[in-house]
Amino acid sequence: MLRIDCPFCGLRDETEFTYGGDASRTRPPLDETRAEVWNDYVYQRPNPKGLHSEYWFHQHGCRSWLKITRDMVSHEITAVAYAKDTGE
Amino acid sequence: MARFSAFELFKKGLTGHKNWPAQWRDPEPKPAYDVVIIGGGGHGLATAYYLAKNHGITNVAVLEKGWLGGGNTGRNTTIVRSNYMIEGNTEFYEHSLKLWEGLSQELNYNVMFSQRGQYNTFHTPAQRDTARRRVNTLNLNGIEAELIDAKRMAAEVPGLDYSESARFPILGAIHQKRAGTARHDAVAWGYARGADGYGVDIIQNCEVTGFIREKGAITGVRTTRGEIGAGKVGMAVAGNSSHVAAMAGLTLPIETHVLQAFVSEPLKPIFDTVISFGAAHFYISQSDKGGLVMGGDIDGYNSYAQKGGLPTMEHVFAAGVSFLPYLSRLKILRQWGGVMDMTMDGSPIICKSPIDGFYINGGWCYGGFKATPASGWCFAHTIATDTPHEASAKFTLDRFSRGLVIDERGAGPTPNAH
Repeated sequence: MLRIDCPFCGLRDETEFTYGGDASRTRPPLDETRAEVWNDYVYQRPNPKGLHSEYWFHQHGCRSWLKITRDMVSHEITAVAYAKDTGE
Repeated sequence: MARFSAFELFKKGLTGHKNWPAQWRDPEPKPAYDVVIIGGGGHGLATAYYLAKNHGITNVAVLEKGWLGGGNTGRNTTIVRSNYMIEGNTEFYEHSLKLWEGLSQELNYNVMFSQRGQYNTFHTPAQRDTARRRVNTLNLNGIEAELIDAKRMAAEVPGLDYSESARFPILGAIHQKRAGTARHDAVAWGYARGADGYGVDIIQNCEVTGFIREKGAITGVRTTRGEIGAGKVGMAVAGNSSHVAAMAGLTLPIETHVLQAFVSEPLKPIFDTVISFGAAHFYISQSDKGGLVMGGDIDGYNSYAQKGGLPTMEHVFAAGVSFLPYLSRLKILRQWGGVMDMTMDGSPIICKSPIDGFYINGGWCYGGFKATPASGWCFAHTIATDTPHEASAKFTLDRFSRGLVIDERGAGPTPNAH
């Protein structure tokens, strides 16, 4: 069981959240026409065996989108912030 | 290599079975090989075996960071089937099933392949339509499978809730008679023994830590047991594909996710087949020891930890109990997790990489066990000839950028949903 320290609600169980996936990708601007740029965004993942930046949605809580740094091997969460404050 | 036979078993029995030779050597790594395979699981060992047997390439090393078959080969629920519908998958998994059917004889090693059949249930008229389409597609490709109704399934697989008041009433199933289960460890050991018999060096406790490059091409690997030169390097490390590929400077269309499996306390025989629940993700079979072997969804967030969480366990058994209510009265004896290469379309990758001398086998999602023989067969072909085998020709790395994804589930580029 992961426990995520939501900045608004406090420490809550993983079951209150929905996983939003890899947060290291930035959606290209809509007028971007190069196929390889979109390919990188849609399909390629760094998938590190270490610290991973990812989105979680506090669906059964404050309904904030959070951006979290989590170790992919130990599952230790080292940073939690509102996604909106991280420039996304 | 001493062959196993009934006579040999009898002869060794006379001396208390104390004189069996080691089934493979434990050699020190040589300075260089024609081919180095990273990963001593089923896929890597099968690749080495078919490199030697089909292509005559025997100066080969298989490097394993732990022990043989200690990763996903030893962590799956051992189901073998070939009921895939999308072109690319269809021919590949059927090729694999055909190899399974002769595998024990081929390897002179009992992999306990038991063609006990598999039932994939459906619960709504819409699901029945897609099931019929799948069966028709399989039949048109010459693959045996049939659509059966609930009445016939009830006669063949008693004990499920076939009532109309069931939470998810069973309307019928796709039945594949030739599907079944196998002894997963024996598959790794059988291929290891076979490959070793051809002179392949199987080197355990040897983790790859980097690649040796020359003018961009890969010409060897750095390992915890020293540098090893290689004409060609093949990677078969599913679960860790991104991690190893990153050492070569490649990013893959893969996320790593954890999948759990469960075994119940041993029971008297309940059913002699494999059943997959169509209303939620849950599959079950009974092992020869009597334990019910079960699995369901992945945990849903990226992870390299070979362990799963309790919420997913509860989720899997909620599905299981709605299908087989008596499961609620069983104790779970063992639970474990394995890490899966989840690709962006749910299908694997077997191909030459963009880097000279480097070949990729990975992205098996959670369907890799059944693929083991064909994966080795096709990967060996790719490494030996530098051309794709016809059965795996669509499993390219560039299919994503070219719009040629093989999305069996139709879930889109969402690795945690395949």
